[in-house]
Amino acid sequence: MDVAIIGIGLHRFGRSPDMTGMQQGASAVRAALTDAGLSWQDMQFAYGGSQDAGNADALVNELGLTGLQFTNIWNGCATGGSSLHAAYSAIKSGEYDVGVVVGFDKHPRGAFNPQPKEWGLDDWYGETGLMLTTQFFALKTQRYMHDHGITEDALIRVSEKAFNNGSLTPTAWRQQAFSYEEIANSAMVSHPLRKYMFCSPAEGGAALIICNADKAHQYSTNPLFLKAAAVRTRHYGSFEVFAPSQAMTVADAPTVTASNAAFEVAGIGPEDIDVIQLQDTDSGTEIMHMAENGFCDHGEQEKLLREGATGINGRMPINTDGGCLANGEPVGASGLRQVYEVCVQLRGEGGARQVPNQPKVGYTHVYGAPGISGVNIITK
Amino acid sequence: MSQHVPMHEGLFTWPSRKPQLLGSRCNQCSEASFPAQPDCRNCGSRDTDIVELGDRGTLWTWTIQTFMPKQPYHSDETAETFRPYGVGYVEMPGGVRVEARLQANSPEDLQIGMPMQLDIIPFRTEENGEQKMTFSFSPVMET
Repeated sequence: MDVAIIGIGLHRFGRSPDMTGMQQGASAVRAALTDAGLSWQDMQFAYGGSQDAGNADALVNELGLTGLQFTNIWNGCATGGSSLHAAYSAIKSGEYDVGVVVGFDKHPRGAFNPQPKEWGLDDWYGETGLMLTTQFFALKTQRYMHDHGITEDALIRVSEKAFNNGSLTPTAWRQQAFSYEEIANSAMVSHPLRKYMFCSPAEGGAALIICNADKAHQYSTNPLFLKAAAVRTRHYGSFEVFAPSQAMTVADAPTVTASNAAFEVAGIGPEDIDVIQLQDTDSGTEIMHMAENGFCDHGEQEKLLREGATGINGRMPINTDGGCLANGEPVGASGLRQVYEVCVQLRGEGGARQVPNQPKVGYTHVYGAPGISGVNIITK
Repeated sequence: MSQHVPMHEGLFTWPSRKPQLLGSRCNQCSEASFPAQPDCRNCGSRDTDIVELGDRGTLWTWTIQTFMPKQPYHSDETAETFRPYGVGYVEMPGGVRVEARLQANSPEDLQIGMPMQLDIIPFRTEENGEQKMTFSFSPVMET
C-alpha cells in the first residue's frame, strides 16, 4: 500500500511573539487542512512533536476534541522525521486512511542547553561544558576537513547558498543574502564554524496531511507520494553528538544506514533525485551529509560547491528554501519543513526559488541527537 | 586548606601523584568505554571491568568554545570572567577516544595528531570551600 501527501501547511519560521508554539502548530495544521480541502473532523489519527512548546496532543484543545488517535513523538532534532515515519507506518498497515503529522516549537533565544540526565549522562558532562551541539558539529567538521581535504571555502559557500536561497523564499526567517566576505569575516563561534555558518533555534510549525494512496485522488488533484520513510539510530563506532567517548572502530553514521534503507525501499538511487533537503544545522554538517546520503564521495563536496552544483539551478539542488541556516530550527517542526519545501518544489510552486525542469523526485534528511537520522523520498 | 574533590567519582584515579583516566573494558569483546559503565555498548555484555585508560594520548579533533554555555554549565565564571576553552577528543592508549576540555584555547596551539597529557585541574569552588576537580588535556611540552 502506498502513502500519499495531499496537504501541506507551514506556520512561518522565525519569531511569532504573540503566539505560543502550540498555536503555531495549530496554524500549520489549519493551513495543511485548507490545502487538502479537508477538515479536522476528517482526520483519523495524528502524530506530532515539540521540544519546548508542550505536548502535541494538547493541540486538540485548539483544533477540536474529535476523539482521534493522537500520539506524541519525541526523537530530538529528528522528531519531524520520526513523526512522519510513524504516520507512514499507520497508513501502510492499513489501519487508517487519512491523518495528520504536525511539528511545532518555540525555543528561547541562544544556543540549546540540553540536560545530561535526559540523555542518559551524568551531570559532570554538562557542568564542565562538554555538552553543546555546536561543539559536536565543530569537532566532527574539523576532523572531516582534515580527513577529506575540505577547506573553509566550502563552509563559506554552503552558507552563501543558504542565505541566497532564503532571500528567494517568502516564508524563510532570514531573508537577507550575505556575501562570501561577510560570511568569511563573521565571528568564529566554534572553530572552524563561524557565526553565519550556524542556524539558530527558532519558532514555527509545519504539518502534512497524508492518506492511503489508493484514495488520494478522492481528496486531491495533485497528490504526491511518500515512496520511502526510514529512521535509524547509531551503530557502535559512529561519531555522534553527546558522546563522552567514542570507539576507535569506525561504523557508518545513522544517516548512511537510513539513506540506504530509504533508497532500497524506493527502488531508486541518489542519481534519481531532483531536489534535496539535508540537515544543515551548520554548514559543516551539510557538507558531511551530502556524502553520508550518497550524493557524492567524501571530499568531492568542495569541487561541487565551487561549481554551484548544489544551487537551485545546479544538478543537485540542496536546501532550496535556505534550509535550517535561513529558516532556523524549531526542533519539532524542522524535519516537516523540509518535506513541505520538497512538496512545494514537486508541485512547481517554488516561485523565485523553483528548481527548473519540473523536478519529479525529492529527498529529505533530518539528523538529531544522540545519533538519529530520518530520510524520506517523495515523488510526483 | 581546601579539599580537592573530583567532579564525579570514578572518572580518574584520585587522589594520586600521577592520575590516570578510568574507563571500563568488556571481557567479552575487549572494547573500552569512558566513563566506566557496567554494560558494554558494543556487544551488550555485562561482563566489564574498570581499567586505567592512561594519562597521555593523541589529539583526534578539536574546537574552541568561545561563548559561555548556558546552564547546565556550572563553573565559577561570570560573563565577564569567562575564558574560551578548547574541547577535543583524545585517543587514549586504552583504545578509546575521550572528549575533554583542553587547556589550550587558541587555534595556533592545537593540531590534530599532537601528543596530549592529562591534567587534573580545579574547576569550581563550592560554598563549603571544596574545590571540584575535573580532567583536562594539554599539549605535551617538548623538553
